[in-house]
Amino acid sequence: MKVGYFPGCSLVGSAREFNESLQAVSRLIKLDLVEIPDWNCCGASSGHAADHLLSLALPARILALAEKTGLRDLLVPCSACYNRLITTVYELQANPRLKSEVRELIELDLKLDVRVRNVLEVLKEAMEADGSSRIAKPFAHRVACYYGCLLVRPPKVVQFDRPEDPTSMDELMQAIGAEPLDWAFKVECCGAGMTLARTELVAKLCARILDDAVARGAETLITACPMCHANLDMRRGDIEKAAGRTFTIPVMYVTQAIGLALGLGPKELGLHRHMVDCGPLLAAATQSSTVNLQS
Amino acid sequence: MSRIGVFVCHCGENIGATVDCAQVAQMSSSIPGVVHSVDYKYMCSDPGQTLIKEAVKEKKLTGVVVAACSPRMHEPTFRRACAEAGLNSFLCEMANIREHCSWVHEKGDQTTQKAADLVRVLVEKVKRNRPLRPIQVPVTKTALVLGGGIAGIQASLDIANAGQKVILVEKDPSIGGHMAQLSETFPTLDCSQCILTPRMVEVAQHPNITLLSYSELESLDGFIGNFKARIRKKARKVDEKLCTGCAVCTQKCPQKKIPSKFNAGLGMRTAIFVPFPQAVPNKPVIDIENCRYFKTGKCAVCQKLCPAKAVRFEQEDEILEIDVGAVVCATGFDVVNTDFFPEYGYGKYPDVINGLQYERLASASGPTLGEIRRPSDGKIPETVVFLACAGSRDRAKGIDYCSKICCMYTAKHAMLYRHKVHSGKAYVFYMDIRAGGKMYDEFVRRAIEEDGAIYVRGRVSRIYERDGKLIVKGADTLLGGEPIEIKADMVVLATAAVASPAAEELAQKLHISYDSYKFFSEAHPKLRPVETNTAGIFLAGACQAPKDIPESVAQASGAASKVCGLFSQDQLSREPLIAAVNRTAPPQYSSCTGCFLCESVCPYRAIERETITTRGGKPIRTIARVNPGLCQGCGTCVAVCRVKAIDLDGFSNSQLYAEVRALA
Amino acid sequence: MSTHSSTVHNSLGEQIYQSTGQSVACCYQCGKCSAGCPLASETDYPPNQILRLLQFGDSTLDEKALRSLTIWQCLTCQTCSARCPQEVDLPKIMDFLRQESWRQGRAHPKARNIIAFHRSFLGSIRMTGRMFELGMIMDYKRRSLNFLQDLLLAPKLLFRGKLHFLPHRIDGAKQVRRLFDATARKRGRTE
Repeated sequence: MKVGYFPGCSLVGSAREFNESLQAVSRLIKLDLVEIPDWNCCGASSGHAADHLLSLALPARILALAEKTGLRDLLVPCSACYNRLITTVYELQANPRLKSEVRELIELDLKLDVRVRNVLEVLKEAMEADGSSRIAKPFAHRVACYYGCLLVRPPKVVQFDRPEDPTSMDELMQAIGAEPLDWAFKVECCGAGMTLARTELVAKLCARILDDAVARGAETLITACPMCHANLDMRRGDIEKAAGRTFTIPVMYVTQAIGLALGLGPKELGLHRHMVDCGPLLAAATQSSTVNLQS
Repeated sequence: MSRIGVFVCHCGENIGATVDCAQVAQMSSSIPGVVHSVDYKYMCSDPGQTLIKEAVKEKKLTGVVVAACSPRMHEPTFRRACAEAGLNSFLCEMANIREHCSWVHEKGDQTTQKAADLVRVLVEKVKRNRPLRPIQVPVTKTALVLGGGIAGIQASLDIANAGQKVILVEKDPSIGGHMAQLSETFPTLDCSQCILTPRMVEVAQHPNITLLSYSELESLDGFIGNFKARIRKKARKVDEKLCTGCAVCTQKCPQKKIPSKFNAGLGMRTAIFVPFPQAVPNKPVIDIENCRYFKTGKCAVCQKLCPAKAVRFEQEDEILEIDVGAVVCATGFDVVNTDFFPEYGYGKYPDVINGLQYERLASASGPTLGEIRRPSDGKIPETVVFLACAGSRDRAKGIDYCSKICCMYTAKHAMLYRHKVHSGKAYVFYMDIRAGGKMYDEFVRRAIEEDGAIYVRGRVSRIYERDGKLIVKGADTLLGGEPIEIKADMVVLATAAVASPAAEELAQKLHISYDSYKFFSEAHPKLRPVETNTAGIFLAGACQAPKDIPESVAQASGAASKVCGLFSQDQLSREPLIAAVNRTAPPQYSSCTGCFLCESVCPYRAIERETITTRGGKPIRTIARVNPGLCQGCGTCVAVCRVKAIDLDGFSNSQLYAEVRALA
Repeated sequence: MSTHSSTVHNSLGEQIYQSTGQSVACCYQCGKCSAGCPLASETDYPPNQILRLLQFGDSTLDEKALRSLTIWQCLTCQTCSARCPQEVDLPKIMDFLRQESWRQGRAHPKARNIIAFHRSFLGSIRMTGRMFELGMIMDYKRRSLNFLQDLLLAPKLLFRGKLHFLPHRIDGAKQVRRLFDATARKRGRTE
């Protein structure tokens, strides 16, 4: 399977382990990622706070560059970028006048014929086409799949999964031997881009998410969004301060969990880059698989 | 030479505000053949009709065009006026300059021009009209009532008590409908079963009522006074005549874990079952989907143990053909299904239930014998949250309308809960309280003031389960949108009332119209609320729109009185707008070539074959003939006839061509 | 674009309708948005009340909406619009209000940091075509005067290789800058 690839700013910066693990997994499951040349930032949450036109033009430039590759599918692993890109396609398709205005701004041809796809749907397809038989080391953990806002909302625009109770990540986890839990905060907001400007609010929202996951016996959270990861992992100190308690539960990218199950090492998957240590979890995995062997 | 009169109506502002009616009258006066042309504010009123009558007499009119509303609305009115003035009523036509013009265009010269064009078209048509006489047809004085809920029961009893025959068809094994499922009824809290079951018995015993339970309408042909209904009597697999209702079979059936539809899925039943103990008829039915005998060929416990030897595995569906003169459609409503509220976890959490399920919990005949116990673990809930408008008034979910009954039954639910669980807390989330009705608002106030239901104005965003509690996340808009979180033991959704799933198919069988929500349409929202647009078919109850019991009963009585009115005549007049095959002099006799394409396309089976014979009885040729009793004037035969041997009275080819040419 | 008969002439609600297609009259104040809003209890006006302010078409109340903290705190998580029974796209309206509030210089004093963040974020993209995290954070600290924030976090991130020292300038950086300046001109706002 060959797809266009737009990593986005986070994946080449603070979320580089998402990129690393995605690349590593892709190699194993024969998912060919063709990076869009000379891509720019999508504008994320600041773009649409400042200027509607700008918030469409920045993603449109990426879409236009992606069209040049001739690949039909464009994988956008960062869910913030995914949301901006797919919203841009939706809005410009519905409004030809706006579309031509944007085309002028980006100084590039724009057909809007690429299919913007998130990491969950692409992984599922690629694994079904190829890899799930190669599970070397089942990821035998109780996991809370955390989708956040941007993968499933607005339902009309993204048209992905069941907006209130999505299951695609749970299915991926099941396929690698994990036990996805039924929990209540799958699609609640973590505070997203407010991490710098309103840290205390983000901490409060994240505390509720971690609290529910822990209470239901999750060993790790699984996410597909660099912003969710940053807030739940990097902001752990602030979260603990807000909650008045400690949380040891790690937060992993969906690609890291899959990578482990496919037999990749923690270092290849960038697990050492997390603030919250995944070590105890991985140690427990070794133990539990021993138990499995004995029984 | 034609002498046509044109009468342009303003319909108050409906037409007058958009179309320059005086101008239309003025423009019409120059059409060849028009000898009189006027406009007036309300042509349908008494002075308006007088204008027409006087002109017919004074100007010796040979045709009348009234430019006004839809002929569906007032064609009979104006035709009657013409007839009173001595003009054959079929020489009066209407130009619809309201629905077809003023309502759909902006004010302006073009709109006025279009109205004038519509008038000109009808003038050309009416010039070619010929006087017609209504057709007299006999009336079959038997009514078919579809649906055995409270509306169907009331309609049947009213018609039967007026001395007419009724055939009551119910799809389920017992009559009673949703009302039989209810606990107590607002605003008096009388027990639903106590007021309903005597009526059910009365239906069963009435000499004028034939009850066909576990039966469905297959098709309906014919027309007012002369319908032919085909009814499928589904195989009960039990001989109703032999069965004594002793219930040995239902007690001994080994297949006991089938969710009971009557108990809204909260209780179980056996494979051979009577929906509820007070069922009418109190005769069991075998559910062959779940019956062990039908699945494996083994078991037959019921057959072996039946003391009356009434179990008949070999019994097949039966088709009955019945002549009826009128139909009352009373097929009721349904509630929305579980995947409708993902944000509320309906269908996922067992303790999030709908109003109908709550009725079963609160009912003395229900699975908990009237105790409020939550489905998951049978515990008595200490906190119950009731959500009004669950799905109703929700454009995003495709239901824009108010379901009308929920405000009242939710107040009742909260009240019943507080009566049964004194220490319990009842919260009601609502948007508006709609309690218009006799003693209705007083009832809601009683729930709040005397029974302590806590009303919160706001819609709930989400419900999730945590530590055995349902977390209800709402907001109080009266506190400025303040978030309210309630840890509840049970949540009751006042789910939207929707049309029954079979409504669309039934409407098509009956040839009646329905709205975008699949509720059946009344002929006029104010003045003809119990009639449909198809003559002889009437509506009762919630199949037309969500309704409570008093309203359903009132509408049922209204429909019954319409049926009785129809049956008070021995003969009915029908419009003579029917097709006819031309006849010419010998040796041709007709231009019909006898291809009988018309026969194959006629939806009413009105084409017959007629053999023309010599005086001696020797056949010459066979041509088509239209049975005037069956023809509905749809014109399909006219369209397919290659030699133009068929024409339609009132819409003849020459009339239609003249209309089109008038536009050129 | 045509005006909407349900909104008051010359009101903010009418501007919203013209620029986003959203009619504030569609809101029937059920409060489902506020019930699901993750930040409803932190704001000065819960989302349903922002719409209520706009429904009057009164300039004093319109101003309150523009000066509210809510519009800046909104996370655009879209929970409100996903569940709104009237299909009101509230995040779109919030975007519009933010843009107007910023343009007219009426932003809530407490929104200073948030605006500073947006400025730093967009400034970074305008310079190089991509968002340069370290540069953006430094710029934000300068703008927000929040020098002590995350002082302990930064070394940890650097240690884990999560922060780069140098920005990546894309080939199309000039094109991106032209795009920024053109949109700014169109809105009558300068960076």
